Amino acid sequence: MEVRNTFYTLVETVCRDLYIQSLKEIPPDVVAALERSAKNETTEVARRIFAHYLRSIDLGRKENMIVCQDTGIPIYWVEIGGELRLDGSQLTAAIIRGTERATREHPLRSSIVSPLGRQNRQTNSGQRIPIIHYDFTPNSNVLDILFMPKGSGSENMSFMQMLLPADGLNGIKKFVLEKTIGAGAKPCPPMVVGVGIGGSSDLCMTLAKKATTRSIGSKNLDSELAALEEELCAAINESGIGPQGLGGATTALAVHVESAWTHITCNPVAVNIQCWRAERRRARISPDEQVVVGF
Amino acid sequence: MPEYRFKTPLLEEDIRQLKVGDAVLLDGVVFGVRDGNLMRIFDKNTPPPCDWRGAALLHSAPNVRKLGPGKYEPVSVGTTTSMRMDRFTEGLLRDYGVRALLGKGGLSERSAELMRQYGAVYLSVTGGAAAMETLQIEEIEKVFWEDLMPECIWQIRFKGFGPLTVGIDTHGSNLQCEVQQRAQRKTVEILKKMGID
Repeated sequence: MEVRNTFYTLVETVCRDLYIQSLKEIPPDVVAALERSAKNETTEVARRIFAHYLRSIDLGRKENMIVCQDTGIPIYWVEIGGELRLDGSQLTAAIIRGTERATREHPLRSSIVSPLGRQNRQTNSGQRIPIIHYDFTPNSNVLDILFMPKGSGSENMSFMQMLLPADGLNGIKKFVLEKTIGAGAKPCPPMVVGVGIGGSSDLCMTLAKKATTRSIGSKNLDSELAALEEELCAAINESGIGPQGLGGATTALAVHVESAWTHITCNPVAVNIQCWRAERRRARISPDEQVVVGF
Repeated sequence: MPEYRFKTPLLEEDIRQLKVGDAVLLDGVVFGVRDGNLMRIFDKNTPPPCDWRGAALLHSAPNVRKLGPGKYEPVSVGTTTSMRMDRFTEGLLRDYGVRALLGKGGLSERSAELMRQYGAVYLSVTGGAAAMETLQIEEIEKVFWEDLMPECIWQIRFKGFGPLTVGIDTHGSNLQCEVQQRAQRKTVEILKKMGID
């Protein structure tokens, strides 16, 4: 199904709104997980921090405020229905324009700089930014866009290693636990931990990041990986790091694992972390230009 | 745990009674600082253009809207990771008489030792909860070194900022550091229990 020219303008405004609203409205599954965790805490300090989290979430929704000042690195995961006929380059341009309009029109802090000169265009865009991942869905005629404003406190706590095949699953578990617990207060716990297993080094980290976008409570369809998610989450929570690293029962809200097949000599593992807000927001655009927004 | 409420500038005897885990509310001026302006002070030997005796300094990440020349209103003012600014603790306490550093994630054991020596505390702000923090601001009174935007020195007046959690006290305790050290030891136990050496 061929889209009209107005489709790209729509994508632009949808992307602008996804960016702004993702900073103001925390996903309901994340809020529910924080509420459950708050009830589990026994110390006054941990309960105090959870109260601050929930209060800020409330202000975001009711007072139309940005919950955290970090506007993050803008990342889009785009799934194009196989039956949709569109111009990919125009689609990319629309996503970039939407990102820049969000920054200018709200206004949002521009957190994006050149890597060496640290030059800031004040647009939250630049070379290869926003980051856009494309995928394709068979037998579908809709465009799905999942947006995340990836905060830097947690992004700076990213880890990847090419383990040996002989290191096996135990090597993977050890790596994940040492890195996530070692991150301590820095990623603003309790965190959502994304783990990538397999692939090449770059795919492995992409899988880890994609895993953080899954809703809390979701499980990997592979029962072995679903069991691994549970085991790792329980182990991280035994560390006692707690909210803001001040001590407590909840250090991870969830661990999500995503995997790909790999090379016979490789055993790659990657960890990517989302802070306690785990912001994400999605939109589904149909060819008749209807938009449905969700998380 | 006790809850305290102080007005800035802070008094040494007030600060010395605090213990890690205590809750503190602050009223009055808090100065927003971060990498860029602290590097100018200490690496370029340029003294700060304000009196920091008894001051509370916040490791700040402001998101502001310009109203006019030198005048800004907060859009979202939050707190950034303190550890990046760890090496400036000594100069701030010794040369400028700062009494409280505010930030997220904690500071090193070295900073805790300096705080014991000079009579200062680290107050942990709840990271990522900028919406709450922003509403506790009465006014951004002044901005110094605007050429460093957004890494200027922000003179912000708060009403009831917090409750903040005492992370480092003047008695040698460093809460976030102790939690982290316990977690590292625990990791060895957890791995052993999982049958991994």
